[in-house]
Amino acid sequence: MLQFSIWKKGLIWFLCLLGIFFSMPNMFYTKVEKANDARSLMEAGVVATPEMEAEMAAWPDYLPNMLVNLGLDLRGGAHLLVEVAVEDVYADRLDSMWPEVRDVLREVKDEVGSVRRQDSDPNELRVKIGEPEGMQKALQVVGDLTRPVVTLTGAGSRDFEVSNEGAVLIFKLSEAEMIAMDDRTMQQSLEIIRRRVDEAGTREPTIQRQGADRVLVQVPGIGSAEELLDLIGQTAKLSFLSVVQTTSDPDIRAGTGNVVYPDAEQEGLYYVLDRIAVVTGDQLVDAQPTFDQNGRPAVNFRFNPAGGRKFGVYTAENIGSPFAISLDEKVISAPTIQSHIPGGSGIITGNFTVEESTRLAILLRAGALPAEISVLEQRTVGPELGKDSIEAGKKATVVAFVLILVFMVLSYGLFGVFANIALILNVAMIFALLSVLGATLTLPGVAGIVLTIGMAVDANVLIFERIREELKSGKGPARAIELGYQKALSAIIDANVTTIIAALILWLVGAGPVRGFAVTLGLGIVTSVFTAIWVTRLLVATWLLTRKPKTIEV
Amino acid sequence: MRLKLVPKETKVDFFSFSKITISLSSALVIGTIIAFFTMGLNFGIDFRGGTMLMVETPEAVEVGEYRDLLSDVVEGDVTVTELSDPAAALTGEENNVIMVRIEQIGDDAAVQNDLIKEVKATLSDAFEGIVFLQTDSVGAKVSGELVQAGVLAIVLAVGAVLFYIWLRFEWQFSVGAVVALVHDIFITIGIFCVTQIEFNLTIIAAILTIVGYSLNDTVVVFDRVRENLRRYKSMELKDVLNLSINETLSRTIMTSVTTLIALLTLYFLGGDVIRGFTFAMIWGVVIGTYSSIFVASFILLRLGVKRDWDKTDNAAGTQFADIDA
Repeated sequence: MLQFSIWKKGLIWFLCLLGIFFSMPNMFYTKVEKANDARSLMEAGVVATPEMEAEMAAWPDYLPNMLVNLGLDLRGGAHLLVEVAVEDVYADRLDSMWPEVRDVLREVKDEVGSVRRQDSDPNELRVKIGEPEGMQKALQVVGDLTRPVVTLTGAGSRDFEVSNEGAVLIFKLSEAEMIAMDDRTMQQSLEIIRRRVDEAGTREPTIQRQGADRVLVQVPGIGSAEELLDLIGQTAKLSFLSVVQTTSDPDIRAGTGNVVYPDAEQEGLYYVLDRIAVVTGDQLVDAQPTFDQNGRPAVNFRFNPAGGRKFGVYTAENIGSPFAISLDEKVISAPTIQSHIPGGSGIITGNFTVEESTRLAILLRAGALPAEISVLEQRTVGPELGKDSIEAGKKATVVAFVLILVFMVLSYGLFGVFANIALILNVAMIFALLSVLGATLTLPGVAGIVLTIGMAVDANVLIFERIREELKSGKGPARAIELGYQKALSAIIDANVTTIIAALILWLVGAGPVRGFAVTLGLGIVTSVFTAIWVTRLLVATWLLTRKPKTIEV
Repeated sequence: MRLKLVPKETKVDFFSFSKITISLSSALVIGTIIAFFTMGLNFGIDFRGGTMLMVETPEAVEVGEYRDLLSDVVEGDVTVTELSDPAAALTGEENNVIMVRIEQIGDDAAVQNDLIKEVKATLSDAFEGIVFLQTDSVGAKVSGELVQAGVLAIVLAVGAVLFYIWLRFEWQFSVGAVVALVHDIFITIGIFCVTQIEFNLTIIAAILTIVGYSLNDTVVVFDRVRENLRRYKSMELKDVLNLSINETLSRTIMTSVTTLIALLTLYFLGGDVIRGFTFAMIWGVVIGTYSSIFVASFILLRLGVKRDWDKTDNAAGTQFADIDA
């Protein structure tokens, strides 16, 4: 047990040095962080300022530059877990199916008779045909409208299922199509949320899909989760609609093809609007906050060519009549068309504050969310608390560290010193692994490290106590040490395997803070077993072979 | 001269006071069950849903003042508690940190968001220089899932460990370890019932670490029991157990002390956020150490162990016991 081959010795020291090397950047956290920021700016094509040059020079690039990510609880920021109402999109999809169905059925009018859409629950489309005898034909022609679903799991199925009840055709989305649509909706939502957060200019946001229909958004440095939610919580579906009439009765019979939207500001004012929008927000290419001629905050927008053309034609034909700009089914502005607007750009005035117009511009630029989102969890850690927590974490780690170092030397003398060297290397290795793996350090994670410091000595204690016992029974130093290591091994392995099982389960099942803790605890166990079994043994063996003591005291 | 927490050689008969320890343990476990159903756990918003704000003011403000202010704004139940900081006594830096908890009203997240804004605005107007340290809001849907995940984690951990020990030892050891474990978990939960310290996600992490730690201790003792059973074939089980506990006593105490040093430092210096966590851990370490000596070994003594396992036909369940020899 005490003989090490050259390559084994080399490997052990190499791993230790690697640990020190990769944990080093964390000692100079702000310096390295600044240098990294400057470099990534350079790569993005920004011309280096002298300040950036100096920041980069402070941490040359031959040194490792991977840092431990600090969690939100340590640096402050906002955390949101939202759920996307993926099923919202189904109804739209069925709605968009209707014109196609109508057109193909009209082509075979002789056989199926008149074609009418019936009211139904939003998850199906019901179409009644005039001649029930023509049902076979009807089923056949609409069958050609369905398309195969192109996904890995949905192979072989088609996007719609068509059935009939008497003279009524019923269209439903197939399972496979719903799954495929959910996936598209989620991708789109993620993209839009990312654009909005990026537009707001925040640093290093985390935007992740979680499970089937959830999105986790974490933005360090932002003031509050409420602020973040204002930015991403809104669907921001903008439409330009023609106004049929205004009313104070919300329950007015709008008539087919019309909708009733409330005014965003004025209570009791409702608009009856044409359901089909003239132009929608999809066709915007730019939106900027600005001021109108009276100096009130407003939003300036520009359409793409197609949208611009439609808008131009519409304004030319409807001079003098009002039209409505609605955002998420509320009318934010209802101006009267003064003149033909040919250029495809315009201005939205409403009762905005500067913050609101800025936010609206961001939302319009980033585009509308495909479905509504609702908040499941929102958390904010103020920057003050983050700073306090880092300070507290540092202080606790250092104090615990020093106390344990002293305690070990008092209890085991020289062997305590060996254990302490291993302990220091152990902490360096935990930080190195966290940095290299890109793991995030949270406050519970710090607790995990401190706890590991406490428990890491356990393996050494087991060994040293065993060596004491062997010495007591009259063995010579070398033999006692050898037996000590040998016999303590099974207890060390069993004890650490059980703890690692707990850490693994925490990591698999746990959420948020629990995971952060599990990561450092798990890594700590691995490194502490390595340092206890290999590093201290190598130290003890080297000492034994060079000094050749006649007696030892552990 | 070495620091020795435990004399060089001890010959304590740990089973001579088993009457006392077992009645104590039983009383504590029964007490926990009673406390759980009468007092209940003070679930944090992680598990109950609702909103929590942690604020700090430059001047001390009476808890009642917060209550009066917020009862006008909030419909649901509001609880306001002062957070005491044990570090303040050491460092002399008194801080006025208050925790406000608002009951979940309905499922509407948008309403919750407006409520938070309103509460923040009200407090900012009332107290100059107020700092919002932390704001958490958890919906009922997520909190339900978090409870499930927490319970699942504990059950899985205990199950996995039971299986591992059964592979490495005999089933009697496994039962002993798990009884000790459940004993530790129960009493830790009992302490949270009695002290009414907030029970949140991090406490689940603490309980799982206690599971790991308590096992660690138990396994070290059992490992020695296994070894001594082979060495002293004719010694009575009770004496083997006593001998093993005595031999490992020094290590048990040493490790508990170093771990407690780390935990106590965290408790006093680690900040408000993880104080509940370290509190649970400290109790867990104390109880875990106690239970591995008095509970796990006692169960093992009662169940008895098969002693003929070094014969050629290795009993099933021990085939992995020698992988490290």
